Amino acid sequence: MEHIRNFCIIAHIDHGKSTLADRLIQFTNTLSERDFHDQVLDNMDLERERGITIKSHAIQMEYQSGDTGYILNLIDTPGHVDFSYEVSRAIAACEGALLVIDATQGIQAQTISNLYQAVDHGLEIIPVLNKMDMPSSMPDEVKDQIVDLIGCSREEIIEASAKTGMGVELILERIIAKIPPPQGDPEAPLQALIFDSVFNSYRGIFAYFKIMNGRIKTGEHVKFVNLNNEYHADEIGVLKIKYEPRNMLEAGNVGYIISGIKSARDVKVGDTITHYDRPCDKAIEGFIEVKPMVFAGLYPVDADDYEELRASIEKLQLNDASLSFVPESSAALGFGFRCGFLGLLHMEIIQERLDREFDMDVVTTVPNVSYRIITNKDESIEVHNPSGLPDPSYVQTIEEPYIEAQIICQADYVGSIMKLCIDKRGVLKNQVYLTTNRIEIAFEMPLAEIVFDFYDKLKSISKGYASFDYHYTGYKPANLVRLDILLNGDMVDALSSLIHRDNAYTFGRRICEKLKELIPRQQFEIAIQAAIGSKIIARETVKALRKDVTAKCYGGDITRKRKLLEKQKKGKRRMRQIGNVEVPQSAFLAVLKLD
Amino acid sequence: MAGIYIHIPFCKTKCNYCDFYRITDIARIPVYLKALEKEIEIRKEYLEGDEIESIYIGGGTPSLLGMDQINSLLYAVDKTHNIIRNCEITFEANPDDLSASFLGRLKYHTPINRLSIGIQSFFDADLTLLNRRHRALQSVECLEQAANAGFRNINMDLIYGIPGMTAERWEANLQQIPYDKISHLSAYHLTVEPDTPLHRMVETGHIRPVDEETSRVQYILLCRETGKQQFQHYEISNFCRDGFYSIHNSGYWKGRKYLGLGASAHSYDLNSRQWNVSDVKVYIKAVQDGGAAFKYERINDTMRFNEYVMVSLRTIWGVSLKKINSVFGSEIVAEFIKNASRFLDAGQMICIDGIYTIPEASWLISDYIVSSLMLMPKHNK
Repeated sequence: MEHIRNFCIIAHIDHGKSTLADRLIQFTNTLSERDFHDQVLDNMDLERERGITIKSHAIQMEYQSGDTGYILNLIDTPGHVDFSYEVSRAIAACEGALLVIDATQGIQAQTISNLYQAVDHGLEIIPVLNKMDMPSSMPDEVKDQIVDLIGCSREEIIEASAKTGMGVELILERIIAKIPPPQGDPEAPLQALIFDSVFNSYRGIFAYFKIMNGRIKTGEHVKFVNLNNEYHADEIGVLKIKYEPRNMLEAGNVGYIISGIKSARDVKVGDTITHYDRPCDKAIEGFIEVKPMVFAGLYPVDADDYEELRASIEKLQLNDASLSFVPESSAALGFGFRCGFLGLLHMEIIQERLDREFDMDVVTTVPNVSYRIITNKDESIEVHNPSGLPDPSYVQTIEEPYIEAQIICQADYVGSIMKLCIDKRGVLKNQVYLTTNRIEIAFEMPLAEIVFDFYDKLKSISKGYASFDYHYTGYKPANLVRLDILLNGDMVDALSSLIHRDNAYTFGRRICEKLKELIPRQQFEIAIQAAIGSKIIARETVKALRKDVTAKCYGGDITRKRKLLEKQKKGKRRMRQIGNVEVPQSAFLAVLKLD
Repeated sequence: MAGIYIHIPFCKTKCNYCDFYRITDIARIPVYLKALEKEIEIRKEYLEGDEIESIYIGGGTPSLLGMDQINSLLYAVDKTHNIIRNCEITFEANPDDLSASFLGRLKYHTPINRLSIGIQSFFDADLTLLNRRHRALQSVECLEQAANAGFRNINMDLIYGIPGMTAERWEANLQQIPYDKISHLSAYHLTVEPDTPLHRMVETGHIRPVDEETSRVQYILLCRETGKQQFQHYEISNFCRDGFYSIHNSGYWKGRKYLGLGASAHSYDLNSRQWNVSDVKVYIKAVQDGGAAFKYERINDTMRFNEYVMVSLRTIWGVSLKKINSVFGSEIVAEFIKNASRFLDAGQMICIDGIYTIPEASWLISDYIVSSLMLMPKHNK
């Protein structure tokens, strides 16, 4: 245990986390040069393209420092607020963290909330200034920021470049010297923290864990404490580039277990693995059953693909337990599914994975939260869809979920951020100056406002500098109305939203304007209207298409022109026919794109 | 029945809007013609012995050829193919080449029986902008002379939607047409093709393309004026008198086989389409070596259907459900009917006895309609 170091990397998107991880892997010869392809850890195409880590990963490296061999377990963390619970569990499995800051950009929003989590868990922080090879790096300025933030000395900050390999050896030496070895008693009852799981279509779920106490052997009868399921450890091992089976793993180490679990739903991140015969006294603290907070309808673009969509979502759920779904139907969109997501990014990721991994074209509807309706008969109903709202005459009250939002930002931006929060029906709860220039504000706000476009706006008004985190506080009554959208007089249920009465007029007008931009001209005029009940509150018109024709089409033109029109046809693939109007997918998310 | 197209890719000067393959090095014409005759021989089996009902000599500028050269080409075709009596033989010409003597020789020393003359406009302002070689006066005179020479089947090309052209000028153009001298009119809306001088003039802001309303107004004027003269509007850009349809071009719209000879010419044998290399030197070399330089595309059922819908709806002959059923099957019929219903409802398509057509008034949005009726091309997973 003395020679184990468990650490994670905290960094903002694009600050070089994955590249640095690659260099560490290369430097420790964990992977031969020949097998190496950049960004080993981001192994979903989508992750590599977006440059973000969606699922966390882990890898074990061996490193020789002087005469002593060490085992380094790098636990990679997802980098978005939607996955903050997963981040907290990954951090709980580590004793130290590399804080990687881009020397050309300085400290950014997401870094801070993760850093605070790491500090809260008592992790040793090693500051690294990355991208020092870039001409635009500003080491002095960024070092000041780091010193301000974590209170280290300037000399402790390692200058590095993941691209050139500069500083990599120093980082490894610093990990050995400064990060404490894991604590824990190998003789105590087994207590292992699950920080991630991945799905393999042949072998089922691989759960990744860190052993806090005790030891685990192949074939042992184990129990997952919180879900209270029993399994046999068919295989355990460590996470090299490939899975390497071991007979036994001990306190302090990181590994995986395969136990015949078929679906990600049966493994919860944060759960504790113990022995069936000699269980630990209590589970590791901090376990939460993550609930979806954001709901949206997913509909196949082609109604015939409904069953295929179901199969695809079921497959995604095998490796993403936080995705939930129930069938629903819409007058405009036909049959589809109401899906629950952790947040907006999670929703986008699911949509993209459906497209890439399953070639499924889906229409996503405006996301919303889960509403609680108290009826006249004092019954309480949960509604996940604005169109599911009962007739107003049956409704006594509508309640919506509230959150407490914590925002950390530079003092310069506090005014405009407060205005944004108040516009979003927020109530200021607290404000604290962390440093002379850094302020933390707390707002109580309806979750629905966050779901719309809060995060993008926050980022833009704070130039990306504000960090944002939230937790759920409970339901509160709200004065909401249902805003409907009509296209050529037909209501499009998938475009309905529940909105605070005071905002309804402005909102209705703006959404009509946005839809006008998004709906292409067609062979006739299209009226876009917003209505509350039978009252029209806004209208825009998309003018009819006047000319779309090729003048000549002779023998030499046919191939080229057919290809051109086929391309035009493909453009319509992502359109949904509603009444006689073709509506592009993007229109269903128009509310999210309001300026 | 099949058609043969012969491409003469030589021009004395280049027109600003033209994106056809053509070069100005007219010294190469004799070598090129030799190669053409060789290609005619090499590819004599392409049409599998089908009878030839139309031959079209296009360009470029075929009127750069002499009578012997024209006859030699047509003789080579005659030797290798079964040409029907009354075969339509069209010759494309520029007004400035059409002297009375040229026309006379063409009429009496060659089997050419149809002329297609690139008039384009009766106004010098338009001709200058388009970089045409002739003047407005020649436009008028050559039509007169062609008729005097004895040609009874004459097409003239006109262009509308030219930047700077007002509705009044277009109307004046339409009124100058000697309707009694011609049998056929091709009136094209100007298309600013990529990689043309005109395109660069638009890009650099020297000229501004006409807006949709102007295009529409000019199109309506065109339909009205030709209608008054008893010309039948039988294809988006084509009008004719007394059933003088262009047999050759109608072949393209009816899915007939065609053999295209010469650089950049396209051929179609119902199962594939191929197009010769767009380079005179490479073309000549390949043919001299006894081979060919062309690209090739197999036509699958989806492509065949999409082409059928695309070309048929450009004409008054339209799309036939009976034909879709026999060639593509009943499922495709159902899909077509479903997709077409909203256009029928809007009066933008008409269905009579199982024949779907786009009425004249909606031809201006026909690309939109056609792309809505096409089948989704197979995409790569």
